[in-house]
Amino acid sequence: MILAVLEQSDGSLKKISAELAAAARRAQALLGADGVALLLIGADPAAVDAAMALDCDLCLTVQGEAFATYAAEAWAAAVVQAAKEVSAPLVLLGSTSFGRDLAPRVAGIMQAGLLADLGDLTVEDGRLVAERSVYSGKVIAKVASLSDVTVATVRPNAFSPAGAGTSPSQRRELEVAVDPATVHCRVREVRRQAATRPELTEASVVVAGGRGLKDPENFHLVEELADLLGAAVGTTRATVDAGWRPHSEQIGQTGKNIAPALYINVGISGAVQHISGVLGSRTIVSINRDAEAPIFKISDYGLVGDALEILPHLIDEVRRLG
Amino acid sequence: MQVVVLVKQVADTAARIKLADGKQDIDRQSASLIVNPYDEMAVEEALRIKEKHGATVCVVTLGEAKAEEALRTALAMGADEAARVTAPASDPLTVAKALAQAVRELGADIVIAGRSAADDEQGQVGAMVATELGWPHVTEVTKLELSGDAGVAEREVEGGVEVLDFSLPVVVTAQEGLNTPRYASLPGIMKAKRKEIRQIAVDGAALGQPVLETRSLELPPARAQGKILSGLEPAAAAKELVRILHEEAKLI
Ligand SMILES: Cc1cc2nc3c(=O)[nH]c(=O)nc-3n(C[C@H](O)[C@H](O)[C@H](O)COP(=O)(O)OP(=O)(O)OC[C@H]3O[C@@H](n4cnc5c(N)ncnc54)[C@H](O)[C@@H]3O)c2cc1C
Ligand SMILES: Nc1ncnc2c1ncn2[C@@H]1O[C@H](COP(=O)(O)O)[C@@H](O)[C@H]1O
Repeated sequence: MILAVLEQSDGSLKKISAELAAAARRAQALLGADGVALLLIGADPAAVDAAMALDCDLCLTVQGEAFATYAAEAWAAAVVQAAKEVSAPLVLLGSTSFGRDLAPRVAGIMQAGLLADLGDLTVEDGRLVAERSVYSGKVIAKVASLSDVTVATVRPNAFSPAGAGTSPSQRRELEVAVDPATVHCRVREVRRQAATRPELTEASVVVAGGRGLKDPENFHLVEELADLLGAAVGTTRATVDAGWRPHSEQIGQTGKNIAPALYINVGISGAVQHISGVLGSRTIVSINRDAEAPIFKISDYGLVGDALEILPHLIDEVRRLG
Repeated sequence: MQVVVLVKQVADTAARIKLADGKQDIDRQSASLIVNPYDEMAVEEALRIKEKHGATVCVVTLGEAKAEEALRTALAMGADEAARVTAPASDPLTVAKALAQAVRELGADIVIAGRSAADDEQGQVGAMVATELGWPHVTEVTKLELSGDAGVAEREVEGGVEVLDFSLPVVVTAQEGLNTPRYASLPGIMKAKRKEIRQIAVDGAALGQPVLETRSLELPPARAQGKILSGLEPAAAAKELVRILHEEAKLI
């Protein structure tokens, strides 16, 4: 079976989990595998119910003190055991802060090829092959996994979330024995930021502002537009370096990769390091007063003009839509 | 304390990237080569550990002779020692095994790598080195504090910050926000030129078969020319954009 490692937060499944279930179904068809198994580690009962309701054949759960908080060594052991239990040819994780930390450890233990940060999956002469964006999006590499078991991290927003299954899935509790003496690193706490907006990497609309906004005060315009659209707020390294915005909002090579349906940016020049993080966006709308700004080369729609003059009107127009 | 920093020489993606004939690799001759930006942060963090706790900082690269330039840059920043690993390694797993072998030979209490290499953008090698050594790892670290044989690391996660406790030895990977790398000083550059670079050869038999293969590289298809509106009054421009997004593209 294809194995997908789900993610949860505060008792509910994260959006990536349903996307992973959908990716697993697709991989099942590609590989002719005999089903989809979802794995929940240290799960809250509510999250288990939500996972059982997803389109899958088997829901594996792992409980116990060793899994109370994230600890890569213990969690990797659980994933490896689950993969063996269902004879998984492919183990899927999210290309999220969690998946990026755990996947290479799982792949290392299993001596498996890790296809990182992929948006889709194909099979060529019996091998799993992924197209990956490399060199800051300037090159696309076709990478094949040569091992019997493959591990892959799936980009958020690349697959439409799976809906409910047609037949009820089974649940099985896995006993994973972890000697506490072999766990040398563990999450002590997670400091949550009060989330008033969707997460940047998960959002289906992102509004970002750059140094062209001139003053950190002017970001209230970006925030207002974002809130009207139910969007996440993003920015560039230039404003982060200037101390205008937090690094958690930075999009690009040294920040986050986004893949929304709509990416609206204002006062952003479009440096390669920024662009590499936004190429997954379906539609890109840019507002810049310089008609020659490189951002327009990748924009589906562009407005040449002063962002500080246009934004208030834009906010009014969007508000009028209701 | 012994700190090993893994540094990779990569093509500067701000410059032009050309593909080599055969499309298996980029044209390295025309590429401008730099130290992977995250690895500079890794070097900086090692130097701060040295300044605070006292340590020997050894920088290690796996690559061709030209990659020694990256080691010299790190030496000029203030690293004490450097080693170049040669091995028939091609994918993240075999590279990690070869680097882990070098770490065993050099000895280390902490290994610092970059979160990912700006060329292949795999983000795998650091955690794989840890797995190979049987050590814990923390990736994408934005804050690191050591005390005795333990430490605390912070990493950004979706919607918050994760705080982790670990014991040494450990592998951590540097994420933007950890620090701002220093520039090499002129005396540092002079001194770095004379430093000896240790050579470590790792035998192919110790690495096993690669598990990933790059089949081909392509330049991405150009995005279709978008619709650019200019010369409109701000109010008219905003109105037209919202009309397009609402009625034509049906995105809002
Ligand atoms: C190793 C490395 C990694 C990097 N990583 C990242 C990264 O992850 N993310 C990232 O974003 N950057 C990154 N950068 C920085 C990147 O190269 C650019 O410097 C940065 O993206 C520029 O930010 P900006 O567009 O906000 O500012 P600028 O480049 O200064 O652009 C401002 C734009 O605003 C326009 N403008 C000015 N006034 C107005 C107005 N009134 N109305 C409308 N438009 C206006 C200007 O025409 C200009 O195009 C990295 C750089 C390096 C070297
Ligand atoms: N050939 C190499 N030599 C030294 N360090 C490397 C090499 N390849 C990768 N690394 C280290 O591993 C990190 C992640 O690389 P990657 O997994 O290829 O994205 C880099 O930032 C380096 O610290």
